[in-house]
Amino acid sequence: MSALVIVLTLPLMTALTVLLLPARARVPVVLASSALIVLAAGALVLAVWHGGPVTLAVGGWAPPLGIALRADGLAAALIMMSALVMGAVALAAQFELTPDRVGVRMGFGFWPLMLLLWGALNAVYLSRDLFNLYVGIELLSLAAVALVALSGSAQALAAALRYMIFALAGSLLYLAGVVLAYGAHGTLDIGLLAVRVPAHTDALALALMTAGLLAKTALFPFHVWLPPAHAGAPAPASALLSALVPKASFLILIRLWFEAMPDLASGAALLVLAALGAIAVIWGGVLALVQKRLKLIIAYSTVAQLGYLFFIFPLAGGDGSAQPWAAGAWTGAMFQALSHGLAKAAMFLTAGIYIAAIGSDRLGDLRGLARSLPMTGFAFALAAITLMGLPPSGGFTAKYLLMTSAFAAGQWPWALVLAGGGVLAAAYLYRPIAALFAQGARTPARPIPRVWQAVPLVLAALSILLGLLSAIPFDLLQIGRPAPAQEGL
Amino acid sequence: MSLTVFALTGAALVGLGVYGLLALPHLLRRIMCFNLIGSGLFLFFGAAGARGVAVDAIPQALIITGIVVALSASALAVGLVVALARRTGHAALPDEDRTP
Amino acid sequence: MSLALDLALCALILGAALATVAGGAVFRAVIFFITYGLFLAIGWARLGAFDVALAEAAIGAGLTGVLLLAAHGRLRRMQAGDAPPPAGLNLPAALAGAGMALALGWAWFALPVPATPDIAQALPRSGVGNPVTAVLLNFRAWDTLLESIVLLAALLGVWMLARNDDWNAPLGPRYHALSGGVLVNFGRFLPPIGLCFGVYLVWAGADYIGGAFQGGTVLAAVGLVALMANVVRPPRVSYALLRVAVVVGPAVFLLAGLLAAGFGGAFLTLPPALAKPVILVIEAALTISIAVTLALLVIGPPDDAGRSS
Repeated sequence: MSALVIVLTLPLMTALTVLLLPARARVPVVLASSALIVLAAGALVLAVWHGGPVTLAVGGWAPPLGIALRADGLAAALIMMSALVMGAVALAAQFELTPDRVGVRMGFGFWPLMLLLWGALNAVYLSRDLFNLYVGIELLSLAAVALVALSGSAQALAAALRYMIFALAGSLLYLAGVVLAYGAHGTLDIGLLAVRVPAHTDALALALMTAGLLAKTALFPFHVWLPPAHAGAPAPASALLSALVPKASFLILIRLWFEAMPDLASGAALLVLAALGAIAVIWGGVLALVQKRLKLIIAYSTVAQLGYLFFIFPLAGGDGSAQPWAAGAWTGAMFQALSHGLAKAAMFLTAGIYIAAIGSDRLGDLRGLARSLPMTGFAFALAAITLMGLPPSGGFTAKYLLMTSAFAAGQWPWALVLAGGGVLAAAYLYRPIAALFAQGARTPARPIPRVWQAVPLVLAALSILLGLLSAIPFDLLQIGRPAPAQEGL
Repeated sequence: MSLTVFALTGAALVGLGVYGLLALPHLLRRIMCFNLIGSGLFLFFGAAGARGVAVDAIPQALIITGIVVALSASALAVGLVVALARRTGHAALPDEDRTP
Repeated sequence: MSLALDLALCALILGAALATVAGGAVFRAVIFFITYGLFLAIGWARLGAFDVALAEAAIGAGLTGVLLLAAHGRLRRMQAGDAPPPAGLNLPAALAGAGMALALGWAWFALPVPATPDIAQALPRSGVGNPVTAVLLNFRAWDTLLESIVLLAALLGVWMLARNDDWNAPLGPRYHALSGGVLVNFGRFLPPIGLCFGVYLVWAGADYIGGAFQGGTVLAAVGLVALMANVVRPPRVSYALLRVAVVVGPAVFLLAGLLAAGFGGAFLTLPPALAKPVILVIEAALTISIAVTLALLVIGPPDDAGRSS
């Protein structure tokens, strides 16, 4: 059976199995299955690396009748990154979300929800069908909303409801665009839409789908739901929500703009998308600067970091002629998606460790904790290097690629925002780091198992390795990438 | 001609739903508005799928899937509203600035 | 004549929708919403989409309506059933709504009529005679499989809304039914009839109209009536048979798809000779899961509060 089918079905199959298992068998089965999925993701990466994009017509029915799946380098890279994050979160959650710590309800519910989220992510990464993507992001949203509400506090429920309203509104806007696309072209397949006969309604369809996906990706001004939702969930859930979930809707945006309808990219639209991204970088950074709780700082940092992704639109696009800098910008944004995923998951998992150790994530209470939990402090600092975009991290590679293409394209304002965002990230991450490494612990820390401490460290180290060994992911991302990613929109 | 009537009804339903979603604070009303938007879109879609020589079955199948997905989302949203009301006594969201 | 009929029907649909949005009390809005769903189902029948009409009546109007009514009842007991109706017209919201409606209205007239996928040609190899069922369970089976898992995700999400102390309590609030009352009698004689109708819908769905979702909804309704009449006791989340029931549909579907991949076909490939029996097996399993999941979605998370009071 192909690696693609395994990464597609094993998370879902495991979710169903977990519902039938007795409590003590649950965690071992999830961990074993996670390891298998990581291996399958690795096999898929290798298959793409050696043989090019892997495609599958589900049920043997080719589009437009059936649904096509395709793993290109980008999808394979996201599947691999997600598998690493999911595996790490499962390892941490086995300590953090035990029934005696969080109650039987949460100790049970987290596991199937996490696996359903995983299945939904892989389904979205692979699908080439607009309606299938709709079902996929609905599954993703429902699992994500349930994870936000998991703690059951009034604040968590309000955050989950606000998230749900944005997610549902986003889904319906996206669906409206899908209806218009099928109504005009009789197909939902991204590849067939790319060679369609243009219709007058295409611009409206793309605008509606884009607006819906922006709400789900939490781009400014649709970001208001994100910080309370991501900060209110239990830390392992926050890690998934912040590191992975927004990447799925962003990937659909990329598929739409670069693969399905690249002919519709107009300078003004691209500029608006990037301008919103730039505001998100600054505004998210400023708000992260004034938070008093670690999880809120990390959550607002997500608002800022997602903003960079949108620089892809003007930098990899423009006036239709071949542009040598487009390829760099496209790859840079994808590096940002990958390195932010690894680093952000590491950060939320360290926050979970601190909460388990001292029962609080207020900056004042974190003083001196790096002394009693050195591995965790080191993990936080490494992840911070990636988010600040300092060499040799993956975040540096991302910003370097974006910055060079901004200069090559003569669009220096984006370079300015990139630099400013890096300074802001340094400022808002300096506060927790300074507290952690300060002299004199204020709160005594409960002991934390070493395996648990090692998990965020591994993720943070991977986010650095992504920069050190950037040639490998760089080449992977080029496999099967669409022509506009190379030549500009 | 009938198809146009149904399609425009669908468009109007979407508009009504969008209005209600933005203007009505009670969360049960908002959930109903989501369903109005969804079913309005489906009606438009169904009318579009019936324009050809033969009626296209694909929109019908997608709409059935969509109806089930909408019910799933509504059920979770309704559950959240009831749970929120049990803890706060209100079936409306607190103001933006009151959230942490 | 038929145009006049459609115009009148659409006026009723819009009127009910307007009353849902503008209705004073939340309860009234819910009643209008259910009415709206029924009118809409007639609209689907007028469009010749009988499978959709059935789904809209059963799921869109019926089940969503019961869900909203039950939630309203619970909110009313918490004094959160109603909010003061917003005064006057909200201008920005009105502009957004009108803009959306106008954009879609314009799109209708600008939309070209495209060539659509040739279902008639592939139908003989699908194993079923109803093209909608063929799309749902064969051509686009991956959608339907994911959708059955969406239902499961919603159920898990709803269960997670229980309070920690209530986790081991029976599902849903307690329903009070007078012994010998209408509901109890209903609860005794309705289930056998509903059971037959639901199973018939699944069976007929292969070649005529209906299917796992419509049939499952009827069965869910039967279960709900029996629960509300206290003819059956609500189960607990730990009940093993219940877990099996919500999982069996997606599990059988997934396994069938994987089996196909194991025998060298693509994932979810149904060989034409075996397609019909395989689809019937998948539909039977799906119907069980859909019926149980839908009923459980309506009754809500485990809840002890209603029982003690």
